[in-house]
Amino acid sequence: MPRHEKLIVKSSDVSIEVDNDESDDEEQGEETDDYSSEVEPQCTKKSAGRNRNGKRKIEQESEEQSDDSEEEEEEQSRKKNVQNRNKLTNRNNLNEAEEQATKSRKNKRNAKSKKKDSHSDDHDDEALGKKKKGKSDKKQMDSESEEEDTKKRGKRKDKNGKKAVNKGKINKNKYSSSSEEESREEEEVITEEDMAKLKDQVEEKKKLIATLRNKPSPMKQKLQLLKEAQEFVEKFEGALGKGKGKKFYAYKVMMTKKWMKFQRDFENFRTACIPWEMKIKEIESHFGSSVASYFIFLRWMYGINMVLFGLTFGLVMIPEALMGKPYGSMPRKTVPMSEQDSAMNFATLWDFGGYAQYSVLFYGYYNNQRTIGWLKFRLPLGYFLVGVGTIGYSFMVVIRTMASNANEEGGGDDTSFNFSWKMFTSWDYLIGNAETADNKFASITTSFKESILEEQENRKEGNIHLTRFLRVLANFLVLLTLAGSGYLIFFVVRRSQKFAQEGLDDYGWWERNEVNMVMSLLGMFCPMLFDIISPLENYHPRIALQWQLGRIFALFLGNLYTFIIALLDEINLKLEEEKIVKYNITIWEKNLYEFVRLTVSDTLTTVITILIGDFLRAVFVRFVNYCWCWDLEYGFPSYAEFDISGNVLGLIFNQGMIWMGAFYAPCLPAINVLRLLASMYLQCWAVMCTNVPHERVFKASRSNNFYMAMLLIILFLSTLPAVYTIVSIPPSFDCGPFSGKDRMFDVIQETLDNDFPAWFGKVFTAATNPGLILSFILLMGLAIYYLQATSESYKAANLELKKKLQNQSDENKKRNKKNAKAAANQMEELQNSMQKVNERATGGDVDKKANGVNSSNQPSAQGAYPPNGRGMRLAPPPRVAVTRPPRPRGPGQLPGQPRYPGPQQYHGAHPRMPRGGAAYR
Amino acid sequence: MGSKQSVFTEEQLDEYQDCTVFTRKEILRLYHRYHALAPEIVPRYFNDIADIKLPLELISEMPELKENPFHQKLLQVFSEDKQDNMSFNDFLNMFSILSDLTPQHLKAYYAFKVYDLEVMLGKLTGDDELSHEEVQLVCHKIMEEGDLDGDGKLSFADFEYMITRAPDFMSTFHIRI
Repeated sequence: MPRHEKLIVKSSDVSIEVDNDESDDEEQGEETDDYSSEVEPQCTKKSAGRNRNGKRKIEQESEEQSDDSEEEEEEQSRKKNVQNRNKLTNRNNLNEAEEQATKSRKNKRNAKSKKKDSHSDDHDDEALGKKKKGKSDKKQMDSESEEEDTKKRGKRKDKNGKKAVNKGKINKNKYSSSSEEESREEEEVITEEDMAKLKDQVEEKKKLIATLRNKPSPMKQKLQLLKEAQEFVEKFEGALGKGKGKKFYAYKVMMTKKWMKFQRDFENFRTACIPWEMKIKEIESHFGSSVASYFIFLRWMYGINMVLFGLTFGLVMIPEALMGKPYGSMPRKTVPMSEQDSAMNFATLWDFGGYAQYSVLFYGYYNNQRTIGWLKFRLPLGYFLVGVGTIGYSFMVVIRTMASNANEEGGGDDTSFNFSWKMFTSWDYLIGNAETADNKFASITTSFKESILEEQENRKEGNIHLTRFLRVLANFLVLLTLAGSGYLIFFVVRRSQKFAQEGLDDYGWWERNEVNMVMSLLGMFCPMLFDIISPLENYHPRIALQWQLGRIFALFLGNLYTFIIALLDEINLKLEEEKIVKYNITIWEKNLYEFVRLTVSDTLTTVITILIGDFLRAVFVRFVNYCWCWDLEYGFPSYAEFDISGNVLGLIFNQGMIWMGAFYAPCLPAINVLRLLASMYLQCWAVMCTNVPHERVFKASRSNNFYMAMLLIILFLSTLPAVYTIVSIPPSFDCGPFSGKDRMFDVIQETLDNDFPAWFGKVFTAATNPGLILSFILLMGLAIYYLQATSESYKAANLELKKKLQNQSDENKKRNKKNAKAAANQMEELQNSMQKVNERATGGDVDKKANGVNSSNQPSAQGAYPPNGRGMRLAPPPRVAVTRPPRPRGPGQLPGQPRYPGPQQYHGAHPRMPRGGAAYR
Repeated sequence: MGSKQSVFTEEQLDEYQDCTVFTRKEILRLYHRYHALAPEIVPRYFNDIADIKLPLELISEMPELKENPFHQKLLQVFSEDKQDNMSFNDFLNMFSILSDLTPQHLKAYYAFKVYDLEVMLGKLTGDDELSHEEVQLVCHKIMEEGDLDGDGKLSFADFEYMITRAPDFMSTFHIRI
């Protein structure tokens, strides 16, 4: 049985130490290590000293007074010696004596440990007061057997004792100074050994001072400790002749603080620089991360467009406006006579006609002068490079973002504490504003709901065959819809071509706008159809959203490409015309101006949709509800939900148009920036005041890679036509910076010829010969293949490791559970046997105590977990109800449990409740 | 500076600096805050002889704490006399712990004292936002996640292990003052 008893004692020691805020895990390691290794005897001595200190409070009732007092004298004498730098002669004897003392104490403790359980609650109450706490602490000390704890504590107590002796502050520590007198007489010369020890001690104290702020103890105690440590250091530092260490350390600490403060400020500054963070946070808190993901995506898009805008604006439009030939200097820079009258009309300008068309905003305004202005700015080259750079930059950014998102996804897989983290770290203590707090509550609720949904989805099981069938059916329906809409568009485009050939004048409004109308109608109703179909599939809402996105994406893409094909047809038509009639100033590039108009009208459509579809509906529902026969708010029309898929796709397609048209209309990025800005504010407002959160708030996938992937596809598809026109269509002869050239990229050759030395041109030509380029491409292909293969293998290795980790943690859990169970059983047995023994030994007195134990343990048996006095009341889901009979806690949870100073905590934890406990109280 | 400095003696300031993570300026500011909470009780100049304590209700009126759903518990944890009073020492200690310079394990230690699962959930999510079943689910999940030693309880060791891995803990368990 002694083994068990010891176990209990140990754990209770730990618990008490923690309770009294004296333990310090991190410090323990560093501070005690050197002690244990270098100055073993001292350690023992210290514990002895500590014991002495502990004892001084309970001298009256302590049974081991005799040996302790002995060692107390010796202990103090040692300190005196150190102080006076005298030699300690009887050190060895002393050590032996102490060892003996420790041993004997241990034995005693073992014998007594049975009583510890009956430690009373009111004692703990006393312990709450600091001094009293100290007292109880010291009482516990006697039984401490773990070196680390004892050492550390010992150190401290030791120091207390020392100080008290040194300064004669007997009043404070209340112990008799009789032994002190004796020890004073043994003053001798200090040895090197002692010197080293002293040094260590001083270092120790310094470290204590430095780390004091990191100790979890009440301020008063800290202050006292600090004072003592400082005095000690002051006293002995002079002797050891070094005081610089502390200063340097303080300096270092100060610098660390400053550095951290700087980092914090910088971080704040950086966060403050992110636009709309608060708006998005607010939306996220009410609508969940899925809606917020749209706004984050929008913001990201805004960033990209700002860069594109900077490029075109700074390198193309501004130079041309400042240094190019002025308006009216040549035909391409002048509004034709026929349009002159209406050129300033708002309607014309709104349509980007008139003066707007003949300005730096459009490709046609630029002329093919090789250099402009006194800077000799090579505008055509600049134009070309900016166009290529726009595309290149966009690709780079999208792909890089995707890659980093993928990394995040792979790295942050530690979801094992999902709920716990939400619970314990989601409240931001910085919040000091009622509104923010409300938002935070909303957001925490939302995030909990999201997680709960995930959890429920995980648990959901249904008829798999039915689900499969329904999914196949749904996809079949969707395919039908897609094919139908494709055919419809094909049909309409063919019809419109027929109309165009016959001349549009004979037809009415519908025939003229048929293609557009059909496309918009399809774009409006097909997503609704998909929406109706998707519940069949019974997917998790996030996956459902992705499906929905994918389907609408396919639909839109079909529409867009039909549109482009129609455009290209017209371009070809015009090219032929151009060849036939050279004087005709129809210029094919101008067809691409259409994108500008499209963008603007698209923006307008969005705004109107929001105003009508969301705002008016909300207003209607809100106010008409007062006088309506059914509940509009919860009934049929209700408020609108935020349409994530539609908005995301709108954004993506809009961006596609920008990419496609930006080369021919340098103003497009600028317009898009404005548009994004407007839609950010408008939509933020609309979402907050007209929409309601989704019925099932779900968590967006951590990265927006699905959006990104669609964006990448769109980017590729939209740059294809632009690149095609750049590379293979000869520029018009009378407009644009490349007029008169055979192909647009000839501008590079021209620059090479004129501005670079001849050898460079030769090198360039040699480098661009097909053989070299082909082999280079081959090399790149090989590199890609190699990287792909390695990344695959890394991925596999990662997966393997993850699996191993998982297995291990599972195993650990199992083992721990088993251990805990075994320990619990042992405890029970022990408890029973102890009770028996106690009954036999002390009769009625013990009965009372046992009752005390029972009553204090009772709560745990009733489902509330034991530490309900303070600190965390552990989740008491009834399923995990604990119905163990009252007993001391098992060792499993012991390292942590003890930290409650709460009264009920220590029932059964105090190792040595003196038999005369009642008297003591 | 002179008038400000006389709130504390140099020694006191040094001591407080050693015992907390604050600089002297911050300590002074904190004392002013403390003083401002109850100008009639707290003297203008600090002396540690007089045992001055403020009731927790008074302190919980601070804007930094007012909105915090856990402020009551938080203040109770740091109040040393257990009678819902707080001395300046406690006050300073609390904000020191909540400062961002304080190491994680220390914060975890106090967080463990402060947090109380069931009450937390109610406070965090408002009263009727989650259904009873959902609360049960969350509690169950948290126990499942956090209880590493499988004893059906969330011990400090479990809690510390969990919380030191939380990405947000250091930034959220933090009051800037």
